[in-house]
Amino acid sequence: MGTQNFLWNVAKKYFTFGIIGLTISDRYASILPVRGSSMSPTFNPHGGSLTDDYVLVEKLCLEKYKFSLGDVVVFRSPSDYKEKHIKRITALPGDWIRTPHSNDILTIPEGHCWVVGDNSASSLDSRSFGPIPLGLVQGRATHIVWPPQRMGKLDRKIELEGLGF
Amino acid sequence: MNFQQWSALMKEGFNVTSFVATYLCFLHVTNTYLFTHAWVYGPSMLPTFSVTGNLVLAERVSTRLGKVGRGDVVLIRSPQNPRKVVTKRLVGMEGDKITYVVDPKNSDRRETIVVPKGHVWIEGDNIYATSDSRKFGPVPYGLLHGRVFCKVSDLKSFMDCIFFSFLFFFL
Repeated sequence: MGTQNFLWNVAKKYFTFGIIGLTISDRYASILPVRGSSMSPTFNPHGGSLTDDYVLVEKLCLEKYKFSLGDVVVFRSPSDYKEKHIKRITALPGDWIRTPHSNDILTIPEGHCWVVGDNSASSLDSRSFGPIPLGLVQGRATHIVWPPQRMGKLDRKIELEGLGF
Repeated sequence: MNFQQWSALMKEGFNVTSFVATYLCFLHVTNTYLFTHAWVYGPSMLPTFSVTGNLVLAERVSTRLGKVGRGDVVLIRSPQNPRKVVTKRLVGMEGDKITYVVDPKNSDRRETIVVPKGHVWIEGDNIYATSDSRKFGPVPYGLLHGRVFCKVSDLKSFMDCIFFSFLFFFL
């Protein structure tokens, strides 16, 4: 009887911590690793999987879906819902953008945004799949939390030549 | 009041707070991972849901696992306004060839499109008054929120629905 009681208590404790953790990571903030070199000067400047950066992603912006130019966001890939990508917003609804290859000028439609990686040479982003709906955004990266020597706040960086004018 | 009374009071308060917090977290997890509800109103799904409003229940397991199929009614985050969740019917999955009437009010001109990878084609049941994939094209699968499995219009249909969902669950 004693062991059963003990097991029940342990299970209850794990369950409670599990749901509290899930709620916090869904609603407030979570920590995600960044893989690949598509955001290179900002994350993973040296490459290599041993030095993956971990970022703090806040979810409070999902209440209103209000973003600013230059925010680094985590979003579900429009071509595969299981993948998550991290890129920088460079244009919001109503902005004009010049597509790099065809040199067309297009407006971002209502409820969409244009995301581009900082390392434009090796990045799969809006230049290949077009504007993405803001509903795919899962959170906004605010801080680098690991490794310790690179710990710090992310700044909004806007490349003016990227805006098309 | 001496110290012992104070500490008992503090302990009691802490216990109650943590119980309420756990309960709210439990609600959030059930709402995000298992079931959710939504109010559907407006003319876009007319024969299925009424204009004045229906309460629907949706489960969120099958969208997470990718088990939704053609013909399912789904909750989807609107691509035009991310703050809104709309109800539409899934008409095509990725790779399907869809033929649709471009402007049903004025002409019966048809167009054919192949749904790209990772996208779905959604349409409202009332094709005359809906803004769906005919207007904004195929939408990414990641916007899907849940599959509607029950319309609550009165208590009897609600009980039936619960009964049948349990039946399917056990079969």
